[in-house]
Amino acid sequence: MLQINISFPQVVIILFIAIIAAAALALNSGAADIPVLQSFADIWSGEQSLGATILGQIRIPRLLLAIIVGATLGMAGAAMQGLLRNPLADPGVLGVTSGAAFGAVCVLYFGAAATAWYWLPSAAIIGALLSLVLVYLLAGLHSSMLALILAGVAMSAITGALIAVALNFAPSLYAMQEIVFWLMGSLANRHWDHVSIALPLAIIGWLLMLSRSRFLDALSLGEESTRSLGFNNHRERGILLFGIAIGVGACVAVSGSIGFIGLIVPHLLRPFVGYRPGRLMFASALGGALLLVLADILVRQFDSARELKLGVVTSLLGGPFFLLLILKTRSRWA
Amino acid sequence: MMTTTLSAQQVSFARDGNLILDNADLTLTQGELVGLIGPNGAGKSSLLRIMAGLQQPDSGQIYLSNETHPQKLLNDFSGRERAQVLAYLPQQETPAWPLQVEHLVGLGRAPWHKPMSGKSERDKQAIERALEITELQSLRQRIVTTLSGGELQRTLLARVFAGEPNIILADEPIAALDPYHQLHMMELLAEHAQQGGAVLAALHDLSLAARFCSRLVLLHRGKIVADGQPIEVLTTENLEQVYGISAYVDCRDDGVVIIPRKRVV
Repeated sequence: MLQINISFPQVVIILFIAIIAAAALALNSGAADIPVLQSFADIWSGEQSLGATILGQIRIPRLLLAIIVGATLGMAGAAMQGLLRNPLADPGVLGVTSGAAFGAVCVLYFGAAATAWYWLPSAAIIGALLSLVLVYLLAGLHSSMLALILAGVAMSAITGALIAVALNFAPSLYAMQEIVFWLMGSLANRHWDHVSIALPLAIIGWLLMLSRSRFLDALSLGEESTRSLGFNNHRERGILLFGIAIGVGACVAVSGSIGFIGLIVPHLLRPFVGYRPGRLMFASALGGALLLVLADILVRQFDSARELKLGVVTSLLGGPFFLLLILKTRSRWA
Repeated sequence: MMTTTLSAQQVSFARDGNLILDNADLTLTQGELVGLIGPNGAGKSSLLRIMAGLQQPDSGQIYLSNETHPQKLLNDFSGRERAQVLAYLPQQETPAWPLQVEHLVGLGRAPWHKPMSGKSERDKQAIERALEITELQSLRQRIVTTLSGGELQRTLLARVFAGEPNIILADEPIAALDPYHQLHMMELLAEHAQQGGAVLAALHDLSLAARFCSRLVLLHRGKIVADGQPIEVLTTENLEQVYGISAYVDCRDDGVVIIPRKRVV
């Protein structure tokens, strides 16, 4: 068992520094070549230069969204793994992201999104919550790998069917193409509006999840033990599931479905936090932000008419990783 | 000073139409190590879980009383209040993650944690003490999944001790352990009772039960059929009727020795 002796504050500081470095790199990458420092100065002094506009209206919101979405997905993955006591849990793998995406697609392309800003995140959150509860009912009873995988398969089938329905009734070919692209997940062409939708909800989700750190730690011993330790399992679980749903729903509402962040990051960071589920949530938020900022930089290197979608990159990374994890945990498959 | 007691009164419990517990009365008082014995399926685990507040009985009450709460229904305690007094050690508690020993032991402090604060000085002391009495100090950095069965069970007991409960309910704490670790676990439980705590442990090893317990409670098909000193409970008649075995029972100065001989058909 890999065990790395490093203190929690050290892990946090290293991740923070890495995020800042990645953020600097992210602000420097993009189609246009702008002097970043000069542009910052322009924003500060209120000068309407091209650089200031690109930086202020395009790159900074995009960077912030990468951080918000990455952090939320990372933390949600860690929370789900802790809750299900299973390293294969992830909002994407288990269909929570697609549930949210289905909710979002419904309002996006069938009118309601235009009437008020809150329709989109609400629908995504409801979609996430419904699929999360379903997954929990299917997989939460046993912590076996098999039950979890089967829950994931079932959820994929359900959300796949629902999304197919949405595509089927798409008002036009163009709308259909839009839905497909949107589902792939991307942070391109996002604005401050998106940040202001995602950030407050994501923060609520983070706080709800982090407030249950102790419960997740104790849950390492099993549900009976948490009850005997004085936790109200229903309440604790409810708060966690709600936090995950709000966070994932808010992110999916602005970015589409970006998968596997919640699978990869907690797995990589677990040895650094002594396998403690509570601390893993916070570390995974930082790690998730870092990974998504980096992935978004990578996406922007392929500068072409057809944008490479961020969700495609994370899936390309995550798919093989998932396979590797399944092979690694095979022995626990009873 | 009020003594701490946990008392089950006329507890009945059925599952899927089968009567698991039938009007069971059992009072556990501080200073006692009580062995709950009986054949498989007699209702030992159910009684323990009901007394731990983890399962609601179909009828009957559980009372918990100490200095601050004289004769109060267990259900009227908040989960946290209950957990500060009463701890439960399940039969099989397999940690889901490869935690370090001291972190796992620290989980036992959960009933005392205040929201939004780190580990207090008292938490640290309690964890330290739990590691010390269970002789786990040298293993504190070890990963629990690499421990032997005996070491793991001791770690889980240390987790219980860390919560500083008065009453410990343990479900087969020495099952699947080698004799050395069985003795070690029983010594630790007996010590807890000697220091003013109370322990109720479901046990299968009758000789060890007789040797360490101040009192034995014999369950048979959900009924308590004997309750008293080991020597009064472990009679050849009881063993024959309840366990369906004929056994050799020898009372010696250093305890009772029971050797099962054959099944009685």
